[in-house]
Amino acid sequence: MTSIAIPPGMPQYDDVPRYDVAKVRADFPILDREVNGHRLVYLDSANTSHKPRQVLDVLGEHYAMHNANVSRSVHTLGTEATEAYEGARAKIAAFINAPSVDEVVFTKNSTEAINIVAYAFSNASLRPDADPRFRLGPGDEVVISEMEHHSNIVPWQLLCERTGATLRWFPVTDQGRLDESGLQDLVTERTKIVSLVHMSNILGTVNATSRITARVREVGALLLLDCSQSVPHMPMDVVDHDADFVVFTGHKMCGPTGIGVLWGRGELLAAMPPVLGGGSMIETVTMARSTFAAPPARFEAGTPPIAEAVALGAAVDYLAGIGMRAVQWHEKELTAYALDALATVPGLRIFGPTVPVGRGGTISFALGDIHPHDVGQVLDSLGVQVRVGHHCAKPVCTRFGVPAMTRASFYLYTTTGEIDALVAGLEQVRKVFE
Amino acid sequence: MQLESLYQEIILDHYKHPHGRGLRDPDATGARVAEAHHVNPTCGDEVTVRVATDGEVLHDVSYDGMGCSISQASASVLHELLVGRGAGDAFRVHEAFVELMSGRGQVTPDEDVLGDGVAFAGVARYPARVKCALLPWMAFKDAAARAGVGVSPTEVEA
Repeated sequence: MTSIAIPPGMPQYDDVPRYDVAKVRADFPILDREVNGHRLVYLDSANTSHKPRQVLDVLGEHYAMHNANVSRSVHTLGTEATEAYEGARAKIAAFINAPSVDEVVFTKNSTEAINIVAYAFSNASLRPDADPRFRLGPGDEVVISEMEHHSNIVPWQLLCERTGATLRWFPVTDQGRLDESGLQDLVTERTKIVSLVHMSNILGTVNATSRITARVREVGALLLLDCSQSVPHMPMDVVDHDADFVVFTGHKMCGPTGIGVLWGRGELLAAMPPVLGGGSMIETVTMARSTFAAPPARFEAGTPPIAEAVALGAAVDYLAGIGMRAVQWHEKELTAYALDALATVPGLRIFGPTVPVGRGGTISFALGDIHPHDVGQVLDSLGVQVRVGHHCAKPVCTRFGVPAMTRASFYLYTTTGEIDALVAGLEQVRKVFE
Repeated sequence: MQLESLYQEIILDHYKHPHGRGLRDPDATGARVAEAHHVNPTCGDEVTVRVATDGEVLHDVSYDGMGCSISQASASVLHELLVGRGAGDAFRVHEAFVELMSGRGQVTPDEDVLGDGVAFAGVARYPARVKCALLPWMAFKDAAARAGVGVSPTEVEA
């Protein structure tokens, strides 16, 4: 191995933020278990991440000690629960550098967060007095991309069906990058919203959004970023990204299932009509009509997932404690290692960027013409957990001419040893099927 | 769980060398022909099964599709077991296969009825893969019903 000296005054190799992966792994009880007689090798964190003891403890402790409904009780438990719930909101706001805590709306997941925005458009389109930025009709356009998760496709298809607007999309290049060459024609004065994935859940591509943001501002449209795969893995600054909406989900970032986030510019959330009606989202109610609370309460009808929100706050504390720069760097190193290692497997074809630049630690591939189901099954027999199928991104599979892909995805607890286990497992797959 | 119980040699043989693959037009004039296209939405596997029958005998059961070894081998076995059979007989095989796959590994298959289909006994222990094995059989059931031969349990019992 040759070593290259970095000139003094430049950032040195050891200057990068690091953490002790073994120590982090010890926080995750599930990583100790065995699967089919082998040590668990979990390479499916893009699907859902594992939860550290620090999060599990908070979840249990909330129910054991502070359980009560929020925002409605004068009693002590109710006050504790409300403080914990709103405290979690503040932690999440700080984690993504939201200018105001009130810009963080708790949802069930990213899917619900995107649907809230889509249905706000829908509801505004029925009301002549609604903010014109949210009114859609024939001639208006919604722009997405070919690399979206189904959760960022279907809500917009349904919205366009309801309003008569037209759905358009950015194509994807052969290298798995967003094709921005048609930006000027795609995003125009007819565009009302661009809803784009920040990091693809299937190709691993991290989209550089600044050119698109600039164009969106030029034409007066809105920009939603689906950050389900990026917020868990890299620092997120919503101000720096200059988006209008950012959505992400708790269970992919060491938090529990059932809790997600819609961040929106305060001024925009305030201009949006409500979507779900019910308790907690009102200002006053008479038998004939109601007026509505300010955001975020306006979009949190009914009893929210309280313990889940509190536990997501603990997850954010955990991640912030390690440092998102360090998490990002660890995954960048893993990705570089994995891309090199997978390149040694005969007949393996990677879908998406093959260099560890502008991509995250999610790698989809084909192994010859062996079906991903069979690949995943043999790997599972060796304890290696990967996802197989269309990954809720069927248009990407179609784009690359395959019905399904095999996907390995990494997180802060993943090791190079686990990538070696994957590569060894793929050798076993080839033995069974070739 | 042992991988060998899932990937029996017989299954891998059918996968690597499928029997009767490809959609065919019937030789006999006057045969009723119908097909059904089924997909597994969770993995994207798909299969089209075409049945040609005079109402009594299944002259041909042809198929095409793409998918995993289990679904493709299952289609090959389906073809091998059902071509040339009487409709009622085919129904008994269909029922036995569905019963085997629904049995979570607790059903002992009858080789006289299921032939190479007995190799799928191990698949029944993998709940995530049962749908793969059943995909061509469910498509066959629909295709047969469209061709006017009642091979689905409900139609036969009626």
